[in-house]
Amino acid sequence: MGELTDTPGPDHAPGIEEGRDLLRFITAGSVDDGKSTLIGRLQYDTKTIFEDQLEHVEDVSRRRGDERTDLALLTDGLRAEREQGITIDVAYRYFSTPRRKFIIADAPGHVQYTRNMVTGASTANLAIVLVDARKGLIEQSRRHAFIASLLGIPHIVFAVNKMDLVDYSEEAYEKIHDEFTNWSAKLRVRDISFVPISALHGDNIVEKSAKMPWYRGVPLLYHLETVHIASDRNLIDVRFPVQWVIRPQSDEHPDYRGYAGKVASGVLKAGDDIVALPSGFATKIKSVETYDGPVDEAFPPMSVTVRLEDDIDVSRGDMLCRPQNRPTVGQDLDAMVCWMVDRPLQKRGRYALKHTTNWVRAMVKDVSYKLDVNTLHRDEDSDTLGLNDIGRIQLRTTAPIFYDAYEQNRTTGSFILTDETTNETVAAGMLLPPNR
Amino acid sequence: MPAYQLSHLRALEAEAIHILREMAAERERPALLFSGGKDSIVLLHLSLKAFRPARLPYPLVHIDTGHNFPEAIEFRDRKIAELGERLIVGSVQKSIDDGRVAEETGPRASRNRLQTVTLLDTIEEHAFDACIGGARRDEERARAKERIFSHRDEFGQWDPKNQRPELWALYNGRLRKGEHFRVFPLSNWTELDIWQYIKAENVELPDLYFARRRKVFSRDGMLYSPAPFIKHLPGEEVFEELVRFRTIGDMSCTGAVKSDAVDIDMVIAEVASARVTERGATRADDKFSDAAMEDRKKEGYF
Repeated sequence: MGELTDTPGPDHAPGIEEGRDLLRFITAGSVDDGKSTLIGRLQYDTKTIFEDQLEHVEDVSRRRGDERTDLALLTDGLRAEREQGITIDVAYRYFSTPRRKFIIADAPGHVQYTRNMVTGASTANLAIVLVDARKGLIEQSRRHAFIASLLGIPHIVFAVNKMDLVDYSEEAYEKIHDEFTNWSAKLRVRDISFVPISALHGDNIVEKSAKMPWYRGVPLLYHLETVHIASDRNLIDVRFPVQWVIRPQSDEHPDYRGYAGKVASGVLKAGDDIVALPSGFATKIKSVETYDGPVDEAFPPMSVTVRLEDDIDVSRGDMLCRPQNRPTVGQDLDAMVCWMVDRPLQKRGRYALKHTTNWVRAMVKDVSYKLDVNTLHRDEDSDTLGLNDIGRIQLRTTAPIFYDAYEQNRTTGSFILTDETTNETVAAGMLLPPNR
Repeated sequence: MPAYQLSHLRALEAEAIHILREMAAERERPALLFSGGKDSIVLLHLSLKAFRPARLPYPLVHIDTGHNFPEAIEFRDRKIAELGERLIVGSVQKSIDDGRVAEETGPRASRNRLQTVTLLDTIEEHAFDACIGGARRDEERARAKERIFSHRDEFGQWDPKNQRPELWALYNGRLRKGEHFRVFPLSNWTELDIWQYIKAENVELPDLYFARRRKVFSRDGMLYSPAPFIKHLPGEEVFEELVRFRTIGDMSCTGAVKSDAVDIDMVIAEVASARVTERGATRADDKFSDAAMEDRKKEGYF
């Protein structure tokens, strides 16, 4: 753990078609931490911002009488937000460099923060937590780091922003660095790093800042381009949730039967022994196919079609796995959930639960505790969860699901709850290891 | 790429295929909105990847303004015949004839906005409950917050303040009667991704996307194709220019750009170095107000 270090990158920029990979990250920060400015800066400095977009924000800045062009305006989406000067929902932004394409989940930093950050964090490989250099380890930064860790994001970067307002002081930075290092030992995050920046002036964003010669690490963008994400995927536990059965029943393909889906984890190839859950029937993989023909191996996150040696009964919601490495099959679930709507979770409440490609009905048996995301205090007397609350609950489902603990597998360990009347998504759930 | 790693294009492709299959599995009556433009052509290509060797589990739906580029219509009909898939055409002309909408008048008349009524009528007539569209979040600011499964109420309206949170790849495809989804598998693609994918996959496009010497006239600083239904203002003479189209919509509001990009590699080079967004450069429909797209989307536009 420490400053961003210079990990060796590829020797040359890879070719345009197949060379770049994809990094999804979330930016978390409070209202005035400069998050929009940082995103605007990354897009601007990587030449993702187009002239008409820039002209537009220059124009708006001028009309508002701003001192300089407000790059934060680039990320303002909806009229309601522009009128109120706030951001109300998760927005997705894009930029790319010769090394990587980036998808930013931009979650706003006020009232509905937890819900939005959980949403953005669910698909992220990395979180940038913005910290105001003048304020240090405040409650909100701790909350952001905790949510990132709860959602299983493997890499966190603490971007200590507004270094210009503390005279680029090494001492100020070191103090925050030490505070966070001590505190974050509690988090379950593999890779934590720090970088002192000024998003406003572009210090340590793309180029190393001349104003902070004491900083021995790399600029933020270089870290984003080179952080090692290949090992984040689970290539061990074969989990293939069946999404769709392809059966042409045509003259050309009278007997074709293929199981289409996205590999959740593990590596599948022809000849492998597999079992289908819930039936437990065992067979071998005949071939792994795509529209372009058979492939040698399928791995996450590929979308493929698996054909089996035997004609066993498999349908959507079933899961293929290896005979000696199976997920938990169960109806009694223990999970951390984030509640996402105004109407609170009710003990004994019934919801529709979606897990991989399966819908089942679920009843809330118990609420173990509500978690204070600022202090991590567990309130065990609470038997309900309201909007933006995080807590641990027990559920009973009408049919078994095939799952792994979220910390082992973010795909087979996650679920959503929906309201059976309004169909709204009411909660995000992360499964805990089953009690044995 | 190193072992067991996908390039960004293959990761985007896998995500889009997953979305198409989820939608087909969770909804009873899906449809693919097919305009003949490059994004919908890529969606058609991804649909083949998701469902072949079977037929697509949904028809293609084209909202025909009657003012389309003839090349785009020819391309559409040829593709449908080649693939043996089903096409449903919703006609704006018919909406006008039936008195559902009033045609705009004057030289700047466009049928672009009228499409919304025809689209919603077509959705209702066929009881479609999920319409796949080619919108991307990088296109325009209002789209950056659009969900992949975007919920529409019984009036076809989008309520940006009341969107369902979308977590992991767990799409919530549940609806009440009369409501529908717009589903956007290309949400995370940029214009450059689309072009690189078209090249990588050798996807055929209408010739309009490549620079050719074409007849154009200039209006409000943009170049347009002349057509029998477009009345010219004084001074709007037709001349020839080497141009291509970055988007293909209704002829009355889709502008051409000067370009020497005669093939796909040159187009990619041009897009990679472009300094103006594709909608900003060529779509008059977004120029009317700061929040033009947001307003049209709320009404039920694509």
